[in-house]
Amino acid sequence: MIQFCDVRKRFGDHVVLDGFTLDIPDGQTTVIIGASGAGKSVALKHIVGLLSPDFGHVIVDGRDVDEMDRVELMDMRSRIGYVFQSAALFDSLTVEENILMGLNRRGLDRATIEERVSWSLDMVELGVSADSMPSELSGGMQKRVGIARAIAVHPEYILYDEPTTGLDPVTAGVMNDLIAHIREEMGTASVVVTHDMRTAFAVADRIAMLHQGRVLQVGTVEEFRKTTDPIVRAFIEGRASGLDLSNIMTQQWQVPS
Amino acid sequence: MDHLLARGNPGLLDWVERVGSSARNAWRALADVPTWAPLVVGQMRRLGVDSIPIALFIALFTGIVLALLSATLFIGAVPPYFVGALVGKTIMMELGPVLTGMALAGRVGANIAAEIGTMRVTEQVDALETLAYDPLSFLVVPRVIAGTLMFPVVTSLAVAGGVVSGWIAAINLLDLTSPEFFKGLRMFYEGRDIWFGLVKSASFGTAITLAGCLMGLKATGGAEGVGSVTMKAVVLGAMSILVLDAFWALVLLK
Ligand SMILES: Nc1ncnc2c1ncn2[C@@H]1O[C@H](COP(=O)(O)OP(=O)(O)O)[C@@H](O)[C@H]1O
Ligand SMILES: [Mg+2]
Repeated sequence: MIQFCDVRKRFGDHVVLDGFTLDIPDGQTTVIIGASGAGKSVALKHIVGLLSPDFGHVIVDGRDVDEMDRVELMDMRSRIGYVFQSAALFDSLTVEENILMGLNRRGLDRATIEERVSWSLDMVELGVSADSMPSELSGGMQKRVGIARAIAVHPEYILYDEPTTGLDPVTAGVMNDLIAHIREEMGTASVVVTHDMRTAFAVADRIAMLHQGRVLQVGTVEEFRKTTDPIVRAFIEGRASGLDLSNIMTQQWQVPS
Repeated sequence: MDHLLARGNPGLLDWVERVGSSARNAWRALADVPTWAPLVVGQMRRLGVDSIPIALFIALFTGIVLALLSATLFIGAVPPYFVGALVGKTIMMELGPVLTGMALAGRVGANIAAEIGTMRVTEQVDALETLAYDPLSFLVVPRVIAGTLMFPVVTSLAVAGGVVSGWIAAINLLDLTSPEFFKGLRMFYEGRDIWFGLVKSASFGTAITLAGCLMGLKATGGAEGVGSVTMKAVVLGAMSILVLDAFWALVLLK
């Protein structure tokens, strides 16, 4: 179980998270939706301690991430698979070597490691590309390698940052199926961060909408489809009216992070 | 110290805390031998061996110029074999290490800062952390160790190249014989000349690689951010060479 308790985070004067509170239960897929620049990636990075809250707590399996010592932190990270928005593959390594990076830290024997590599490549249907360099792959394939690298270590949680953003609709659909398939196959809890409502509705058990630094609404897919909250409705239907666009307008020239 | 801290000087306290935690992090990264050890040889080749051509190129021309320069200085004033002395001493103790260091501040410092900076802005450094690697032990330590070990090697070759080219210039372009040149070279040679140059160059290697790594890790934004930290790494590396050069002269030449 991952818990955000009243998390606040600011960069300089820019308040990003402002009382963000959310429970992420085991065995389910929780989708966090919100506009670009709402702070979804920032929230995700708090889970693995890449960022620390200015105030409040992020708790993973009962332990406050900010209070973990180095060994605990590394142990916690090795139980969480992180799929980056940009895939973040190591560009000097082949696809297979990228996947080995995580596995080599586990003290597994050779046979298990080889089996895990081919299993994870099969899961994302990229078995033939093991020896390719990341730069030779399309964006969608790179994202799938990123997923293979994350699931190869058999994590207890998988965090997906914008898994379908920047993909064409067909590839995005394949990605949605893949996320659902991984959840069935492995039974891991997943957190998916996205602004793509098709992804949200396709993979979610629960949805939380992040708006102005806090959770505006949490609920099931059905509850979100039927919501009457004007801001949530506007977001789901892709209308600009009713949304506070100040964040988006000031963010559009920044590299997504 | 204690009373300053007790008075609650926040700036100082902050600083002490930062230095303390950097030292702890560095120590932890160094202690993680299994992570960095396999990467050192590759970096030694990339940062060291591949830098030999540029270092030799610089040394060859420096040797020629030094021979000609000392000849114009000494003609009529002191015996011509002083040419050998001047070429040998200045190349071993000063020009070999410093010019090699300057060239590598550009080549090695920029290479490291741009590579690690790109990894930073494309989230590859974050990815390393989520895979339970410490970027310090995986990225920084192997490069710093490789630089510290290889700079003296590259510098030795440069020194040898510089002396040989000075000698060839002296016997071909000046009225000097080989025995005279080597007489001067031997006459003023002291054992410490060589290791003085090598100690210096090892410290240059540490400083340049460290500047490249730390600047690279600081990169933000995109291509522009990488460009700016790369430039800073080269400037910082070159400046630390000059500062360290003066430091070693003060400490070792007493
Ligand atoms: N390391 C950082 N330093 C400064 N500002 C940051 C940093 N990371 C994110 N931000 C800012 O926080 C805000 C939220 O970013 P992010 O979480 O990436 O949004 P998104 O919801 O699109 O993922 C943005 O305005 C971004 O510029
Ligand atoms: Mg994001």
